[in-house]
Amino acid sequence: MNSGKRQKQRKVLLMGKSGAGKSSMRSIVFSNYVAKDVRRLGATIDVEHSNIKFMGNLMLNLWDCGGQDGFMENYLTHQREHVFSNVAVLIFVFDVESREFQSDLVDYSYIVQALGECSPQAKIFCLIHKMDLVTARLRLPLFEERIEFIRGSSEGFKDSVDFFATSIWDQSLYKAWTQIIYYLIPNASTIESLLQQLAEVIDARELILYERTTCLMVTHVTRGLEGQNPFTDRFERISSILKTHKQSMARHTGIPAGSANFAEMQIKTSRFMFFITRLTENTNLAASIPPSEQVFNAARVNILLARHRFAELDISNKPRAGLSHAYQRTSDDKELADIAAGYVGGKA
Amino acid sequence: MTSSVESSSAQSNSHDDSQEGFRTPTNLTLMKYLQELPDAERPPNPLQQQYHTGRVPNSKAGDGKPRLLLMGQRRSGKSSISGVVFHKLPPAETLYIETTIRVKKESMHSFMDFQIWDFPGHLDYFDPAFDVDKIFDEIGALIWVIDAQDEYLDAINRLNATILNLQNSYPNINIEVFVHKVDGLSEDYKMDTFRDIIQRVQDELSDAGYENAPVSFYQTSIYDHSIFEAFSKVIQKLIPQLPTLESLLNSLCANCRIEKAYLFDVLSKIYIATDTSPTDIGSYEICSDYIDVVVDIGEIYGWERPNENGESESEIEETGGTDCESLITMERKGNNYLYLKEINKYLALVCLMGDDSPAEKKALIDYNVGVFQKALSQVFPFSNGTNATTT
Repeated sequence: MNSGKRQKQRKVLLMGKSGAGKSSMRSIVFSNYVAKDVRRLGATIDVEHSNIKFMGNLMLNLWDCGGQDGFMENYLTHQREHVFSNVAVLIFVFDVESREFQSDLVDYSYIVQALGECSPQAKIFCLIHKMDLVTARLRLPLFEERIEFIRGSSEGFKDSVDFFATSIWDQSLYKAWTQIIYYLIPNASTIESLLQQLAEVIDARELILYERTTCLMVTHVTRGLEGQNPFTDRFERISSILKTHKQSMARHTGIPAGSANFAEMQIKTSRFMFFITRLTENTNLAASIPPSEQVFNAARVNILLARHRFAELDISNKPRAGLSHAYQRTSDDKELADIAAGYVGGKA
Repeated sequence: MTSSVESSSAQSNSHDDSQEGFRTPTNLTLMKYLQELPDAERPPNPLQQQYHTGRVPNSKAGDGKPRLLLMGQRRSGKSSISGVVFHKLPPAETLYIETTIRVKKESMHSFMDFQIWDFPGHLDYFDPAFDVDKIFDEIGALIWVIDAQDEYLDAINRLNATILNLQNSYPNINIEVFVHKVDGLSEDYKMDTFRDIIQRVQDELSDAGYENAPVSFYQTSIYDHSIFEAFSKVIQKLIPQLPTLESLLNSLCANCRIEKAYLFDVLSKIYIATDTSPTDIGSYEICSDYIDVVVDIGEIYGWERPNENGESESEIEETGGTDCESLITMERKGNNYLYLKEINKYLALVCLMGDDSPAEKKALIDYNVGVFQKALSQVFPFSNGTNATTT
């Protein structure tokens, strides 16, 4: 479990050169924009703050920092303390097509310095963005070359910095953000063990927990043969499929995209059965199970029963906080056994 | 309670294999002239017939392949249309399509096999060098593409000349005019252009003494769903069983209180029938997007699994067993929800539901869709056969 469990708000800095694609990325992931809508976005002036409630107990305090040189200088001088203190994660976006990679690197190293001074505990994620503009063949070598350079300027964070190649036009964006979110979630291991337990009870091939509004994956549990699924990028792909579908629903029902949620989606075929249903206030659970009606129905009932357990994991802003603290102090195994006792038998 | 859909008038495909116009070797010289791809159009022989028995006989050739002709001025977007609709080409990539020099023939294998002939824009087909009969003899529909963003008077003149040339010899050909590339026009201007084109075509035809020409007009663009909808309507006219399908869907809708039901061809996302309630493009789009979701997730989890605990995944289980079925419930009560059911290998029924709660109606829908499926297999007797033989 992470030490920052009680720290509800986590500050995330989104930085990079002007025009690198920071705000585009943010609008797509958090504001239900379609990739082609981002053309409408103008330059970000100074810092745009947004608070995103995520999984109940995690509040992202996202600072989208305008990347023009003037602002950048300002962050490093007058606002140094203000911007760089208490940072949990710095996301630095590099434009792969940038003609001045050297100057990007210089900016990056200044920022890393400032971060090292004010919040040395922070984690850095570097996104090499706009990868779609590079010929497919050249992507990997170029990506690796950039990693070398960036790592060279990362100073104290040399060993901890993570790199992702991203593009808003495919699911790579979701892949990167999934990792970032996973890092930020304080009680990921608890959620995972709970999911594992649930997966065994309902005999699921795979359980995937998605955040509801962003459709980002929180975590997943894969059992047995499903681990051999040739689609290793399936989690991001489903994120992207769900998001597209959400937009399509919103467009045609007239509901704003933020709230065009389905209560449940089922797909039954002869090879698998799949459903996505609401788990907690802001998570959806996707389950892939063997093609059998009995298993399917039992799984749905069991997920319904498990809901309140997961709801307790969300330290919401209600007075429930105390209760969940108590819960987290008790041993996980005992709690899980209690849950398991409450399940309905999965197989006939 | 259990209201059922009737399987009425399933015998509409009576004019079966009566017309079998085999092509003679002389006819084939034209083919070669038109296209140097010898195997695009194989000489028909009795053996080939076997593959197509039971197919819907729309073309006079009796090979069961209704033919669609794409014609129009050069650079009007014909090849882009066929690329986007039949090859899943992303619209943005149609920019790189090169000028079509030869007639391109493509065969689509779906619930009903059909051919699309993409004609280069610069040829004059009524030149004696071309055998007009061979081009127009067997086609189901002539699709004339007009670029709405360009000067269209020439296009209209050529269209009218074509129609007038065809009216005597082939009065049965459906003329479908696609007013294309309307995405670039403002809403008002779009309507004005559309009306102007209709007006001009009809005026000139009636001036030439041809009243009530069988010409339909559509506004299309490859950047939204309109091209698929237009194609759906073109294809529907070529399906002799359409009235049967529509009445089947109508009674299904009435009995299950479905708002809108579409019978989709999953591959091309063309709908081959819908109930007769008014259609709007919105409900088509949502159903079409929904198919994408189901197909994509089906691809992810439908991979070939090694046999689990000795249980054999036999052929029958995969194809004939349970058809794919899907359901979406919306969060806010009273909102629409979607239902999809795979009917056979090619077709899927997609329904947009009304306000009633789905839980209590699910059993009713399941039953009625089962009845619908049975009725459909009588209308298209081939569907079971293909299911068993292919894959």
